[in-house]
Amino acid sequence: MRPKIFLLILFFVASILLFIDLPVPIKAFNLNLDPSRININLGPIHLKRESSYKLGLDLQGGARLIYQVDMKGVPLTEQNTAFESARTVIERRVNFFGVTEPSIQALKVGPDYRIIIELPGTTNIDQALNLIGRTAQLSFWEEGKDRIATEEAQLYPFGLTQVFENKPEKTKLTGKDLKTARVVFGSKDGTPQVQLNFTSSGTKLFADITKRNVGKPVAIVLDDIAISAPIVQQAILNGDAVISGSFTQDQAKALQIQLNAGALPAPLKLIGQATVGPSLGIESLKKSLLGGFLGFISLIVFMVALYKKEGVLAGVALSVYTIVVLFIFKFIPVTLTLAGIAGFILSIGMAVDANILIFERMREELRNNKPRNLAIKLGFSRAWPSIRDSNISSLITTFILFYFGSGPIRGFAIALAIGIIVSMFSAITVTRNLLKYFEGENI
Amino acid sequence: MNIVKNKKWFFLLSAIVIIPGVISLILFGLKFSIDFTGGSKLEFQISNFKSQTSNKNISEVLDSEKIKVHKIEKVSGDTFKVQTNPIEQDKKNEIVSELDKLGKITEKSFETVGPTIGRETQENAVKAVIVASIAITAYIAFAFRKVSNPVSSWKYGVCAIAALLHDLLIVVGIFSILGRFLNIEVDSLFITALLTVMGFSVHDTIVVFDRIRENLRKNFNLKFEEVVNNSLLETLNRSLNTSLTVVMVLFALLLFGGESIRWFVVALLIGIISGTYSSIFNASQLLVAWYEWDKKRKNN
Repeated sequence: MRPKIFLLILFFVASILLFIDLPVPIKAFNLNLDPSRININLGPIHLKRESSYKLGLDLQGGARLIYQVDMKGVPLTEQNTAFESARTVIERRVNFFGVTEPSIQALKVGPDYRIIIELPGTTNIDQALNLIGRTAQLSFWEEGKDRIATEEAQLYPFGLTQVFENKPEKTKLTGKDLKTARVVFGSKDGTPQVQLNFTSSGTKLFADITKRNVGKPVAIVLDDIAISAPIVQQAILNGDAVISGSFTQDQAKALQIQLNAGALPAPLKLIGQATVGPSLGIESLKKSLLGGFLGFISLIVFMVALYKKEGVLAGVALSVYTIVVLFIFKFIPVTLTLAGIAGFILSIGMAVDANILIFERMREELRNNKPRNLAIKLGFSRAWPSIRDSNISSLITTFILFYFGSGPIRGFAIALAIGIIVSMFSAITVTRNLLKYFEGENI
Repeated sequence: MNIVKNKKWFFLLSAIVIIPGVISLILFGLKFSIDFTGGSKLEFQISNFKSQTSNKNISEVLDSEKIKVHKIEKVSGDTFKVQTNPIEQDKKNEIVSELDKLGKITEKSFETVGPTIGRETQENAVKAVIVASIAITAYIAFAFRKVSNPVSSWKYGVCAIAALLHDLLIVVGIFSILGRFLNIEVDSLFITALLTVMGFSVHDTIVVFDRIRENLRKNFNLKFEEVVNNSLLETLNRSLNTSLTVVMVLFALLLFGGESIRWFVVALLIGIISGTYSSIFNASQLLVAWYEWDKKRKNN
């Protein structure tokens, strides 16, 4: 590609990316451009995307809770099921809590089962702890005799008053009496169903309930929310019940997971927590950004002082680098933590290394009385092995950091790795095309 | 200029910096933060508070709550950081309401690391450093596999790792001394800094070795130590300029960046300065020393 065309495209793309990079909308004249909402319709190209920087808890404030799922009471073969159920139950509770963009991560670390919850923006976590940390409670409800008064409706678990006309009554049957639930397929039509297996005490209780309620619904409640209300077709005496209905496979699976949360109750133990107040986060963010900005400016001044014209080109390359990296951060999106921002700023410093290697090599070739265009050519080709080998060694360490690290360390590793990869492009391709443009193409 | 011939002096200078750190490491070890040991950290701001009696009053409150305190630290004017054994949310709320009697408390952050997670972080840190060293040695041996004359390729790897150990020892040693005298702790960010320094240190050494590799091919009538010296001189500008750029951005972060990453940046700074030194004055000289020692042995 001719350098002029390359640079035109680069300029065009970089301007768009720079616009997307902006953290706030531009308001000028009667224009109102908001980079967080992109909606492009160009003939066949439709691009619609909402994007904004994803800030880690240390920057925007919030809470992180790390729970260990206690599997002592759960048989080995059922542990994965119990884990999945515990996770689902927590997810439901967290959603109920109404935090924007919570993150829930289930991790198996050696023999331990962990659930990591992040609640951005929440700093008063007393309520969250009470709500999330409880062991799941499964209960079965039947219809009572008395009529229900309107003001009483909210005393009952959510959704029950829609199922029953009379007052709901809690039965003695609970999650403890349920052995497991699994998805099976109906023998006649092959539709997904959920099969319940009760323990011996559960079988008796369930038999009594179904005897009393033939033709009527029995509601199953998890954590104060009704999850299913099948209608009893006949009395079930052997402890093997099937909930059938027009389930899709996913719906049946979801119900099975919720039922198992009650059947295989695994207590949650809080083994780590962190809360960061919002003011502390913003302070740190501002300071690091200021530090980064000043670092960036002083780098450009340094490069211009050192390499004159080439230094200016390196400065352009460095700007392209910054624009591209910020775009990647926003687009993927990479969760930005304080350590991640430090990694990014460090990578700005390292990004010019490739330029320094090339320019030093060029000077050396010039000192050996090579003509200028040849010196530039040799500068690039001879510096390349060093650039490649040294960046690969840095990349190796970032991969290892990512693999062994957690939270903030991963943020740092990702930022640094993205930086290193982009810097190889910016320092080599961008600088080379700029030089070609200004020095003639014969280099 | 000959920076290979005077290698003894450069080794000596390294030793002078490393030895006190190593002694401190043996005598005092490192101060590990709650990231590794498990514990709780509470940071809060007190308004309307008399500064003279500060730490003592806080420690009285914590004592009355029967909590084992590791450290009370004044972060700035009216902001304090308290580290204790692991405590739970309810206990923390109790403490905060007690502290509230001293002045109005604004909680800034609270963190608890259970002992399980602490142990795990420790293990992962050790694993990461070991795996990184192995991966880097393997990579250098691979990258230099075609160079075998007059020094075989795996020796480049060993020398690069020696330079890397030099940098790690300097950083860890200095932090041991800082821990003893300024109570500076080593946390998981410190491990991150160490691994980054490893990457950078090798990065720097590779650039020099690369030039040696290139010059060996061009000048077969020169002595090995001359080739090494020329290579070092040729790459000197680049080494210094690159580390200057990195040091510059790190300084900007140190001066203007926040409190919470200050010591992380310090660890990076020390490591990167040391990495530059070791790649100019140690790694290649070690290669020459090894070569001379081999030659002497063969002649005898």
